[in-house]
Amino acid sequence: MTRPMRTPFRTLLAVVLGILTLAAAPVLAQSGPPRIVIGPGVIEPMPIAVPTFVDEGGAGDYARQITRVVISDLEGTGFFRTIGEDAHISRITSFDGGIAFEDWKAINAQVLVTGAVSVAGDRITVKFRAYDVFNGQVLDGAALQFAGTTQGWRRMAHKVADVVYSKITGEGGYFDSRVVFVSESGPKNARAKRLAVMDYDGANVQYLTDSSAIVLAPRFSPTGDRILYTSYETGFPRITLMDVGSLRRQTLEEQPGTMTFAPRFSPDGQTVVFSLERGGNTDIYALSLGGGGLRQLTNSPSIETAPSFSPDGSQIVFESDRTGTPQIYIMPASGGEGTRISGGEGRYGTPVWSPRGDYIAFTKQNAGRFHIGVMRTDGSEERLLTASFLDEGPTWAPNGRVLMFTRETAGAGGQTSLWSVDITGRNLKQIPTEGPASDPAWSPLLP
Amino acid sequence: MSLAAKSLLLVAALALAACNNPDRYGAGGAGGAGGAGGMGGAGIDTTGLGDPNNPTSIAYFNQRVGDRVLFAVDQSTLSPEARQILTAQAQWLNQNPGYAAIIEGHADEQGTREYNLALGARRAAAVQNFLISQGVAASRMRTISYGKERPIEVCSEEACYAKNRRAVTVLSAGAGV
Repeated sequence: MTRPMRTPFRTLLAVVLGILTLAAAPVLAQSGPPRIVIGPGVIEPMPIAVPTFVDEGGAGDYARQITRVVISDLEGTGFFRTIGEDAHISRITSFDGGIAFEDWKAINAQVLVTGAVSVAGDRITVKFRAYDVFNGQVLDGAALQFAGTTQGWRRMAHKVADVVYSKITGEGGYFDSRVVFVSESGPKNARAKRLAVMDYDGANVQYLTDSSAIVLAPRFSPTGDRILYTSYETGFPRITLMDVGSLRRQTLEEQPGTMTFAPRFSPDGQTVVFSLERGGNTDIYALSLGGGGLRQLTNSPSIETAPSFSPDGSQIVFESDRTGTPQIYIMPASGGEGTRISGGEGRYGTPVWSPRGDYIAFTKQNAGRFHIGVMRTDGSEERLLTASFLDEGPTWAPNGRVLMFTRETAGAGGQTSLWSVDITGRNLKQIPTEGPASDPAWSPLLP
Repeated sequence: MSLAAKSLLLVAALALAACNNPDRYGAGGAGGAGGAGGMGGAGIDTTGLGDPNNPTSIAYFNQRVGDRVLFAVDQSTLSPEARQILTAQAQWLNQNPGYAAIIEGHADEQGTREYNLALGARRAAAVQNFLISQGVAASRMRTISYGKERPIEVCSEEACYAKNRRAVTVLSAGAGV
């Protein structure tokens, strides 16, 4: 077994300090601040300039690498186009030096991101400002400094990009986040699976288990410090809780003759909802991690599975085949019959409540194709975002505006891979992974 | 149920769990060769298959009696053919009390992971219930679902799907009863 590396969750202490900016009289902008509104319709990527961050001492390659990651994050959203450095008229050689905004206007950059990096020992400091090129003002709040260990340099780049993205779109960021997933190898009829975690963009992969037992569908806790998943380690499918820091794991429910799977945390991290199968019948249960015992939430001869809490913890969306085909229902967190919300043709599964509460993402199977889609919590405004031989298992980015999911190709050589798409159906792309990968689950935004 | 009976059940369950980890697909899947029962491999005690001409051998059960039944799309209902095979399985199990069985439920790849796990469990339970109805002691059997995790046929066509929607009775000697 490869010894998994410790994750940087707790080892990096990111210190966020606002940099003092010169008090300036407000300049009346002739047009509003640079703004992208994420919604339906075509969005022309906003041209921006991100010149290589200034090396303020000992930064070496870090300044170049951090700039590259900031650009990759922003361009990866599909909302930004960075203007190549060979087209720049001015150079940024000093973080606090004067800026010739006319030069950036001339190349049509709407936003200019400047930054500087310094390294002392294993400590790294990254600071940046994002300017509205038109009026030469720093975008409100987009002037920050991050400090931590050099090991966390990518996280600092992600934090820079998160602030820039957030200021321009008005949405929360999502780049400084991790994704837990199942790394796959081997042929289709004997596939080996192991848990792994990576940055949202596929970097920094670390393995959390070996492949001696089948593992399925991991989920992060609301604080990202624990993972729930289904493991065959005991011989039977069992929901398992892992501490990300120590990699210690424990099986949660071990009633003989039952099978447990599809676990997910409540928003306060204190309760686990999951499916328990007994005598062939699958219902939804809740287990209090504080020792409050097991509660049965559904009681029906049909299959009830894939439960997911609303962000306020008051409701649970789940999947049931009580009408003959799998459909999506919502019930109170205390349990009950539930109200069906899916209404279209086909089969609906794996509902996941958006962290913003506004949408439910799902897998839809219809006419021999699989889709990832979103609908309002009352089932209205259903929108299919993807279509392929097999797309399944969406997970929300922390800002509730992007989804990641599993795509599997057909046939004997079929392989899984991870993809992301935004909730308008734009920007469908594959996440780079070392090998086949499935069952992604996004962490919250890291602290 | 009396305390003694409960204890017996518990002992039987523990014996099954301890001696016979049912996940014969551990370590990346030892069961590639058609999923035939008792192939040895990681996580399971090795059991001799025996000679298929010996009517008390696992090989005989697998090949002559038939170790598996197939299901229609999304269904866990036993077809007349399935009932015929399971009736023969029950007769064999009743005549050979020295074996215990893990009943594996499987699904084809057309469905989500979670739903297929539940569907596989339904299929395994349908088989177990039928065997119980034919006199096989419940304490000799356990069920497990692999959902769509362990297909035996790998094409993405109905010909393969039909063979993957299955419940397999996997025997092991010594445990149970």
